[in-house]
Amino acid sequence: MLSIKNLHASVEGKEILKGINLEVKAGEVHAIMGPNGSGKSTLASVLAGREEYEVTDGSVKFLGKDILELSPEDRAREGLFLAFQYPVEIPGVSTVNFIKTALNEKRKYHGEEPLDAVSFMKLMKEKMNLVEIDKSLLTRSINEGFSGGEKKKNEIFQMAMLEPKLTILDETDSGLDIDALRIVASGVNKLRDENRAIIVITHYQRLLDYLQPDFVHVLLNGKIVKNGTKELALELEEKGYDFIKEEQNVTSAI
Amino acid sequence: MDQIKLQYFGEKFNELQSSNPDAFLSRLRKEGFSNFSDKGLPTHKNEEWKYSGASVSNLFHKEYKLTEDKNQLPVMKDDIDEMRLPGFENANELVFVNGKFVVELSAIRSSSEQIVIMPLEEAENGDYKEIVKEHLGKSNLFINDGIHALNTSFIYGGVFIYVNKKQEVTNPVYLYHILDAGDNHILSQPRSLVFIDERSKLQIVESYKTIGSMDSFTNEVFEIVVNKDAILEYYKIQNDKTTASQVATTHVRQIGKSFAHTLVISLNGGTIRNNTNIIMEAAGNEAHMYGLYLLKGKSHVDNHTLVDNKMPNCFSNELYKGVIDGSATGVFSGKIFVRPDAQKTNAYQSNNNILLSDNASVNSKPQLEIYADDVKCSHGCTVGRLDEEALFYLRARGISKEHAQAMLLQAFASNIVEQIKIEPLREYAEELITERLSEVNTEE
Repeated sequence: MLSIKNLHASVEGKEILKGINLEVKAGEVHAIMGPNGSGKSTLASVLAGREEYEVTDGSVKFLGKDILELSPEDRAREGLFLAFQYPVEIPGVSTVNFIKTALNEKRKYHGEEPLDAVSFMKLMKEKMNLVEIDKSLLTRSINEGFSGGEKKKNEIFQMAMLEPKLTILDETDSGLDIDALRIVASGVNKLRDENRAIIVITHYQRLLDYLQPDFVHVLLNGKIVKNGTKELALELEEKGYDFIKEEQNVTSAI
Repeated sequence: MDQIKLQYFGEKFNELQSSNPDAFLSRLRKEGFSNFSDKGLPTHKNEEWKYSGASVSNLFHKEYKLTEDKNQLPVMKDDIDEMRLPGFENANELVFVNGKFVVELSAIRSSSEQIVIMPLEEAENGDYKEIVKEHLGKSNLFINDGIHALNTSFIYGGVFIYVNKKQEVTNPVYLYHILDAGDNHILSQPRSLVFIDERSKLQIVESYKTIGSMDSFTNEVFEIVVNKDAILEYYKIQNDKTTASQVATTHVRQIGKSFAHTLVISLNGGTIRNNTNIIMEAAGNEAHMYGLYLLKGKSHVDNHTLVDNKMPNCFSNELYKGVIDGSATGVFSGKIFVRPDAQKTNAYQSNNNILLSDNASVNSKPQLEIYADDVKCSHGCTVGRLDEEALFYLRARGISKEHAQAMLLQAFASNIVEQIKIEPLREYAEELITERLSEVNTEE
């Protein structure tokens, strides 16, 4: 589904990603872990198409298409979804109107008719239950005055509505209390199936306890330096990132 | 001031004076013309005209025709139909052609117990003589530049509106200004007076339409007096051709504790200068002033506002917002006076601008002059680009860049538009703005 090869990217002339390789297949959940500044969020931003990042080398194929050539909106319409680390507050734009517009632009892209009001409301109700989000939040402006937990829930709600093929959760667990984390994680789990894949970017084990990733990758200084299964995440939780850094030093010394 | 122009206006002035010898109006006009002869047209050297003086005086390099005979106007019913605003079925529709109120083309739907609408001269010669004498021309004390004086020099043919006591007029007054620029560049100078008496309410809407390929220039002065416990709602929609320019003054005096609500929307036009003045002549007045300007091409829109607090305990709130594209220019200058007697004044002002292109510009200038010590006044101004983070967020959900921009700009404009309290008019304005903002295409 997603094939990243030798991806290099920089921002304001500074190289952040220094040759990322990653293969994600349908049905899989991948966790990308790493200390602050290792390039995790940059990877998410580059995949979603944030314009301030410049890709200097490498390729990214998503469902066979070179997505680096696509605008952010076309990537989303192709089925890529980024759950923002810091969802933006947009006063004056209602959440419902926003999601309806997004959904219908995606449908149009795929040659489908826009959803009528009744079907849309029905779909919304169904997905609202799925992620346990309160209806009153959706009648408000996008994320305006939402708590941290509400913002993250809103991200998962949008994911549920748009039914992406590939979801990137960019530190969705940050700033969540235990209850909110459980709700968000269970929302994500309900959306898992063999046709969809998820990349979870995180510092911590706690979200992975719920999501049970198939693969764990450690990102360090712009490169994936270690690949493993969920046991690797547990090891990291126990030992911190230092042991990997030491391994790296040893490797580079050799 | 160029001599040929002065001579032309002088001749026209003399003609008007000799054919309309009414003592009070003649005297006002005479003062006006003397002031105009002294000052001439404003230039950028006048501080109040720093940003718009040059374009206004440039516009006067061409020859405008002043029309004085309102009976020879070839305006068709179709022209009026085209500019009727939604909700017209319930409105008092007043038609002005080249600045003159044309009774025959107008439709008055309110009863005469509620509201009296008649030509200004008729009011001055009849039962409303005292009101006209007492209240017409007061704006001259606040705006003493040459272009205002030029309007005063030619006071003739405007409308007089009087709302009786205890009348909540449910039919708004729609003023349609038609400018017939088919054969000549046209100078239109409407001068009208409204008096809303105690415990009454009136909604006023003004709009403009230039017909023909020549230029029009509207030099308007609209004086509105709001008496005790009365309510004024005033709306102005400027959506005319790029060949249509204006200096339009709305001078509101709240002479008793009352409520005023003004809103000016500028969407299209050439050079536009709006003076919106609120004079707080009684204690406890409340005023809300809103403005929205969506500019493109070479439009130039200058909003000058004045809130003059003369008496204690008055409240005013101003919110002006602009979206400026192309090589258009926006100007906002907001003056708040707090006179020594105006203790406990609350006066707030805010001006927010979004620039969409590198050639767009805005000049925003708050001016607070406070001579009382127990007051609350604040002002704020922002100039910026569209929020890139918000734009990316919308795009990351599959919304096209153009659509995302339009959504954000509409959101920006929405808290102004929702202040239009005449529902069909608000819906109409929303449509105009939606249409307008979906055309916006930001330069990369």
